[in-house]
Amino acid sequence: MENFYETYAVPGFWMLLGVLAVTIVVLICVAYITYAERKVMGAMQLRQGPSTVGPFGLLQPFADGLKLMMKENIVPTGADRFVYYLAPALTFVFALVAWAVIPFDSKLVLANINVGVLYLFAISSLGVYGIILAGWAPNSRYAFLGGLRSAAQMVSYEVSLGLVIVCVLLCTGTLNLVELVEAPRPFWQWILLFPMLVVFFISALAETNRAPFDLPEGESEIVGGYNVEYGAFAFALFFIGEYANMMLLSGMTVILFLGGWLPPFGMDFAPFTWIPGPVWFLLKIAVVLFCFVWARATMPRYRYDQLMRLGWKIFLPFSLVYVVFVAGVLLATNSLPGQ
Amino acid sequence: MKKLFNSLKQAMMAELIKGFGMTFRYMFRPRATVNYPFEKSPIAPRFRGEHALRRYPNGEERCIACKLCEAVCPAQAITIESEPREDGSRRTTRYDIDMTKCIYCGLCQEACPVDAIVQGPAFEFSTETREELFYNKDKLLANGDRWEAQIAANLSKEAKFR
Repeated sequence: MENFYETYAVPGFWMLLGVLAVTIVVLICVAYITYAERKVMGAMQLRQGPSTVGPFGLLQPFADGLKLMMKENIVPTGADRFVYYLAPALTFVFALVAWAVIPFDSKLVLANINVGVLYLFAISSLGVYGIILAGWAPNSRYAFLGGLRSAAQMVSYEVSLGLVIVCVLLCTGTLNLVELVEAPRPFWQWILLFPMLVVFFISALAETNRAPFDLPEGESEIVGGYNVEYGAFAFALFFIGEYANMMLLSGMTVILFLGGWLPPFGMDFAPFTWIPGPVWFLLKIAVVLFCFVWARATMPRYRYDQLMRLGWKIFLPFSLVYVVFVAGVLLATNSLPGQ
Repeated sequence: MKKLFNSLKQAMMAELIKGFGMTFRYMFRPRATVNYPFEKSPIAPRFRGEHALRRYPNGEERCIACKLCEAVCPAQAITIESEPREDGSRRTTRYDIDMTKCIYCGLCQEACPVDAIVQGPAFEFSTETREELFYNKDKLLANGDRWEAQIAANLSKEAKFR
C-alpha cells in the first residue's frame, strides 16, 4: 500500500494538476484568441470589434460561452444520436490531448516522450474523425458536404505537412520536441528552412480550415459546414476545438521553425534571457496566431479545385523536392546530425 | 519565357505580400464606424423618422381631417375618422397610424396642406410588442409636443425647397 502511494498516487496527483493547469491555460487562451481575432479583424476592416461587455469588451468571450451553455440543444430527427454527441467530444478531446507533448520550457512539459513529433502528427490526423462524424451524424446534406470537404482538405494538406516536418527532422535529428528545440542549428539552416516555414504555415491554415481555406465552413455555399446541425454547447465544443487546433498548429510552427521557448533570433543575452521561456513561447504563438487572423482579414476564399491544386500539385512536389534538397545540402556540408 | 516569369512571380507571392501590407496599414487607421448607442451620427433635416401630429402655437391642433394623408398613404397605414366639433370646425375623432405597415416614404407629410402630420427626427422607438406600434391620436400628438422645437427648425430650414 505504501508502495502504491509512493509510486502511483503522488505522481498521479501532480500529473493531474499539470494536466488541469495546461487545459485551463489553453482554454483561456482559446477564449482570448476569439476576442483578439474579432478585435484585430475589426481594426483591419476599420470597425471596432467587441467593446461593450467589460472594459474594452474583455469579458465578451465569457459572455458568448455562457450564452452557448444556456441554449437548448436540438438534435435533428434523422440523426444518429450516439455519433451526434460523440463527434464534438472527439474534436474537443483531440484538440486538447495534443497539448500533452508540447513543451512550454525545457522542463515544463507534461509528457516528454521520444516520438513527440509523431504523436502530434497522429493526433492532428485523428482530429479529422470528429469532423467526418459531425458531417455524417446529423443526416443533413450541408453538413455532409462540409464534412467531406473538410476531410479531403485535411488529408491532402497533411501529406505536405509531413514532408515539411521531415525537412526539420533532417536538420535536428530527433523526434523529441524538447531536444528538437534545443538542437544546435547554425544560422544558414534557419534560412534553408524558411521556405518550409511558409509551406507549413499555409498548410496549417488549410489543416485548421481557416480562411482562405475555410471551404468546409463556406457559409455562402453550404451555410456552415459540418457543424450546421449543432447548437448550444455541442457547437461550443467544435468552436473551442477549432481554435485550440489553431493554437496547437501555431505551437508546432513555433517549436519546429521559430525556436520554441528560446529568445528569438538567437538573442540569448541579458534583457532577453530574463523573460522566462513560457512567456517567449506564448508570445511567439501569439505572433503566429496574429498571422492566422491577418490572413483571414486579407484573403478571399479559395475555390475548391484551386485548393486541391495547391495541395497536390504545388506543395506536395515542392516539399518532396525540398526534402531531397535539404538532405543533399546537409550531406554536402557534412552537417547531418549525429556525425 | 513570360510564363516562367509569371510563375516565378507567383511563387514569390508578390501580390499576396502587397495585400498583407495593405491590411496591416489599415489596422492603424481610425475606425470608420460610429459607436452607436454611445455616439450618434448627425441626422439630416429631411430625415423621415417617427410620425408626429403638430399643434398651432395657441394649442389648437393643426389637422383638419382632410384625409389627404390617408388617401396618399401607399401602405394604407393611416386610418382617420372625423366629425364636426361643437364650435363647427372639422376635426379628427380618430387618427391612427399602424407603424408596422408604414414604409416611411414621407408622402403623408408631403400631402398635408397644414403641416400637421410630419415625420420627425426620432428613430429609436422600438417596442417589445406589436400593439405598442399601433399609434393613436394621443400618442401622435404627444410626439408632436415632444419634438416640436426640432420639427419646426427642420421645417423652416426646408421651407425654401418646398
